[in-house]
Amino acid sequence: MAALARKPATTIPFGYGAEAVARPNEPAWLTSKRAAARAVLAAGLPSPRVESWKYTNLQAFATQAFAMLSDGPADAPLALLKQTTIDRPSHRVVFVDGRFAPALSNVGAVPSGVTIRSLDDAISSDEFVVARRFGALADASSNAIAALNAAHGSGGVVIALARGASLTEPVHLVFIATASDRAMAFHPRVLIEAGEGSALTLIESHVSEAGAYWSNPVAEIAVARDATVRHWTLQDQARDATHLALNAVSLAQGARYESVLLAIGAGLARHEFDVAIEGEHAEVSLDGGYLIGGTQHSDHTTRIVHKVGHASTREVYKGVLDGRARGVFQGTIVVEPGADKTDAHQLSRTLMLSVGAEADAKPELMIYADDVKCSHGASSGALDPAQLFYLRSRGIGEAAARALLVEGFIAETIERIADEKVRAYFTRAAGDGLRAHGGALS
Amino acid sequence: MAETPVLTRAEENAAQIDALVNEKYRYGFVTDIDSDFAPKGLNEDIVRFISAKKNEPEWLLEWRLKAFRFWLSLGEDEPGWANLRYPKIDYQDAYYYAAPKQAAGPKSLDEVDPELLKTYEKLGIPLAERAALAGVAVDAVFDSVSVATTFKDKLAAMGIIFCSISEAVREHPELVRRYLGSVVPYGDNFFATLNSAVFTDGSFVYVPKGTRCPMELSTYFRINAAKTGQFERTLIIADEGSYVSYLEGCTAPMRDENQLHAAVVELVALDDAEIKYSTVQNWYPGDADGKGGIYNFVTKRGACRGRNSKISWTQVETGSAITWKYPSCILQGDNSVGEFYSIAVTNNFQQADTGTKMIHIGKNTSSRIISKGISAGRSSATYRGLVRIQAGAEGARNHTQCDSLLIGAKCAAHTVPYIESRNPSARVEHEATTSKISEDQLFYCRSRGIAQEDAVALIVNGFCREVLQALPMEFAVEAQKLVGVSLEGSVG
Amino acid sequence: MLEIRNLHAKVDGREILQGLDLVINAGEMHAIMGPNGSGKSTLSYVLAGRDGYEVTAGSVLFEGHDLLALKPEERARAGIFLAFQYPVEVPGVPSATFLKTAVNAVRKARGEKEYDAFEFLKLMKAKRDALGMSEDMLKRPLNVGFSGGEKKRNEVLQMALLEPRFMVLDETDSGLDVDALRVVAAGINALRRADRAMLVITHYQRLLDHVRPDVVHILSKGRIVRSGGPELALELEAKGFAGVMPGAAA
Ligand SMILES: Nc1ncnc2c1ncn2[C@@H]1O[C@H](COP(=O)(O)OP(=O)(O)O)[C@@H](O)[C@H]1O
Ligand SMILES: [Mg+2]
Repeated sequence: MAALARKPATTIPFGYGAEAVARPNEPAWLTSKRAAARAVLAAGLPSPRVESWKYTNLQAFATQAFAMLSDGPADAPLALLKQTTIDRPSHRVVFVDGRFAPALSNVGAVPSGVTIRSLDDAISSDEFVVARRFGALADASSNAIAALNAAHGSGGVVIALARGASLTEPVHLVFIATASDRAMAFHPRVLIEAGEGSALTLIESHVSEAGAYWSNPVAEIAVARDATVRHWTLQDQARDATHLALNAVSLAQGARYESVLLAIGAGLARHEFDVAIEGEHAEVSLDGGYLIGGTQHSDHTTRIVHKVGHASTREVYKGVLDGRARGVFQGTIVVEPGADKTDAHQLSRTLMLSVGAEADAKPELMIYADDVKCSHGASSGALDPAQLFYLRSRGIGEAAARALLVEGFIAETIERIADEKVRAYFTRAAGDGLRAHGGALS
Repeated sequence: MAETPVLTRAEENAAQIDALVNEKYRYGFVTDIDSDFAPKGLNEDIVRFISAKKNEPEWLLEWRLKAFRFWLSLGEDEPGWANLRYPKIDYQDAYYYAAPKQAAGPKSLDEVDPELLKTYEKLGIPLAERAALAGVAVDAVFDSVSVATTFKDKLAAMGIIFCSISEAVREHPELVRRYLGSVVPYGDNFFATLNSAVFTDGSFVYVPKGTRCPMELSTYFRINAAKTGQFERTLIIADEGSYVSYLEGCTAPMRDENQLHAAVVELVALDDAEIKYSTVQNWYPGDADGKGGIYNFVTKRGACRGRNSKISWTQVETGSAITWKYPSCILQGDNSVGEFYSIAVTNNFQQADTGTKMIHIGKNTSSRIISKGISAGRSSATYRGLVRIQAGAEGARNHTQCDSLLIGAKCAAHTVPYIESRNPSARVEHEATTSKISEDQLFYCRSRGIAQEDAVALIVNGFCREVLQALPMEFAVEAQKLVGVSLEGSVG
Repeated sequence: MLEIRNLHAKVDGREILQGLDLVINAGEMHAIMGPNGSGKSTLSYVLAGRDGYEVTAGSVLFEGHDLLALKPEERARAGIFLAFQYPVEVPGVPSATFLKTAVNAVRKARGEKEYDAFEFLKLMKAKRDALGMSEDMLKRPLNVGFSGGEKKRNEVLQMALLEPRFMVLDETDSGLDVDALRVVAAGINALRRADRAMLVITHYQRLLDHVRPDVVHILSKGRIVRSGGPELALELEAKGFAGVMPGAAA
């Protein structure tokens, strides 16, 4: 495929309330949501003085201008298309530089009761529904990542499963960023509604050519009664990229949301989860693995609110820090008054492989009900010398032994992926990531 | 079929637990004594007044004024990050100095006003040495002044200085000048700055090289006068190879108004020195409707300056309407050790935001944090702690355990640790749990014939055990009573 | 001594005991065997008075008195003892402290003199030696970090110290190796007396080789479906539960 010429249309500095620019063909409600989000950003990007941004500083971007792409056909390098190919059938939806790329996608046939549409298509056929869902979970007034996306975003995908519908094959959302001579910004929005009793497996891949750009995806995922959403995300972007992602999730009674996130790429990345448990017997499981080196910064900020009782949360994050990388884990679990019989457990573990790395953790429990079982744990440190010694005493060289232990550490996260082929895809990415880090691992 | 009892089991549990945590405040009386007051309000003249009352040297007045001017520049902007809600404090509506009228600086106990001696007796702290607790020397601070210090001479014979800080300023100015503000500088935080400007009394301890202090040193703080803030300042220096164990206790009368207590404690441990600092904080907590009680905003920090030095904080916090307190350790010396053991009990409308900071700077430094929070009623207890491993803290270790026990559906417990590691050879581990008293444990105890309230006491006692064990024996008993637990039944 | 009539009990809204009848006289030892989930532990908890086990019909008389009206601690003081299938861990409370508190609470209720620390230690040492338990174990927090076998020994130790009149042992034999089983069985046998009675819940014949029950009951779906002598346990061992159910082909 030949590369097509792309032309940045507008240049917008972040963090400042540029006047709402109505986009052609954009419905009025969207323009007004965008305007509201801009107003929120008028005060600027959050500074480290804001408690939830204590460990991640965006001030360097405050005055930087990023370019948005105009509409037009998009293309992507073959290597990235190949790299994101999983050896199993899937409904593949490709975005290039933040734009839906129908020519590169392969949505295929979906069972009745299931729709997978671009945001624009969804707006033109089901405007009322989209208007209701857009921003319902990702609150632009309180969340900077949501605000940035709402203010500047365009495009995205809407996946809806009617009551009882289920997809046998996963939906694979592939976000590709291509090299460009200008710093670009992408703000895709993913809206997911898993109807009562439905089941969806969602794979998300974020990959790119080398280059500096800003990626700011926001997903709003409503999991209805007894529905299950499994969400496996691979973030493996260029080291100059900035990635600010938010998954805002709500769960009704008996609903399940399982996420596995593997974050390897981007120079500065923040992956946020904002989960609201609205129904009893709902179950949330969040696994995160991050594998970074050089001067990478990987921030994992999660907030899980138990609004009702008899629901459970399980959260395990594991980070490997090499070079001068900095890993941040901020996990808040809130149990609201009356949410008795909540069972919520959280764990953060960080492996520090080199001098100069930094691990910051802030695991928080905010408990307003008494009949609960909640816990968190956080640890950081080097590889266990006893384990290293054990492997070496069996003849394994030190470097190999270290690599083996690190792989094993991250493998525990990847193993949470229930599908063998998808697991293999993540394992491959993790292996490449490990090899990419020199220093302590080579 | 079983008859329906008047109370269900769960209600009965609740009632008994209530009885346990609602033990009446026993120290709520007022001593009727004539006092000297500074004029109400806060301004430079008050700072000068306090300094003059204490015959302070010029340098100290200057330091106070510097602090005061800095405090003014903060514009009454109290730290807002803690999990605490309280009405704005009117700093002009309080007395900053109140002292019982008595012959200035009594030389011996015979000269101390008998009313005061009676007060301390009533509080369980007899000051007459023959009646005093064996092995405990006491500095008694009443409102803004120290009224007596026991066993001073005996300690002085070993070179140990134990006196009020006012006296230390006069008698040992070189030591005070060298160390005052060296751990908590006057600009450290809003309340420490205020304290630096208006501190009135507090204790001073210096333990010389190679000396093991043979008795527990303790200060008993009593707020008596109405509308009076207490701003004490304590400074403890353990010279090379020395050891001292220091205890403090606090009580205040029951009053409908809130009173401010903003103390600063500085500890310095030099090479191979060890300081053990224990607190049983039982300021008046306010009544069951949340009326009255002490606002307790305290800055406590210890510097492990020397190699192999150790500072250990143990606190049992049961009192105060508001507690804001983070006893911390700066682990500068290689191999130095910091410890923080805490029990925080809140009930009714009490709020506590407390924890510690362990700053690892030296190599092979280690720290241990054990925090046990018990919240009941409509109270709220927050553990807030920072563990920071600086890049040079090769081989540092930290272990933190924070457990919260909830009693009743309307209370809240929060755990907010900050863990920052910049050295790959450091190992940091943090664990926290929150739950209510286990029904299984209660049933197990009761099925062995132990009454409900005793079973609760037993379980709560077990929950706090590690911290209670860190207290000196004399205090452990008092502390255990305070958390509604008796030592009864302890064997072996 | 103990009379259970038409006992129905619910847990979490589900009826687990569905009309259970059982009479145990002083001096007797009864064994209850039954498949997993048949309600054995439920029966033991109902007898001990655990919250959440709701008796919806029937009665339990202990020496003529209504047992169900009593709180758990009152039952213990009246002489009921339950050796738990899963003894509960109580962090921070040394086993010895717990034992002394319990023994003195029960003695006080009986109008007996409470033990002081010295007397109690002496008594405890004697009982503990018989069960092959170390002193160190009793200094550790109650059941915390105990192995399965240690927990079960600790249950039998408590039973010996509290001197109950009626004992329920819920699978006290499970998780024990052969030697431990012998020690625990000896502990149980030592407590048999003409004025006491026991109800032993077990899965296996092997405990019954050591402690000889007078009567064996089979519990199924919350009712006693068959009763017999010790030979019933042997039959069960040979044929399995299905084989001994009433109406099963012989
Ligand atoms: N707390 C509980 N909540 C709900 N069901 C329970 C509870 N305890 C026991 N049960 C149920 O009651 C039945 C009987 O359990 P149990 O008395 O423990 O059986 P056994 O001891 O004979 O194996 C089982 O089906 C079990 O699942
Ligand atoms: Mg059972």
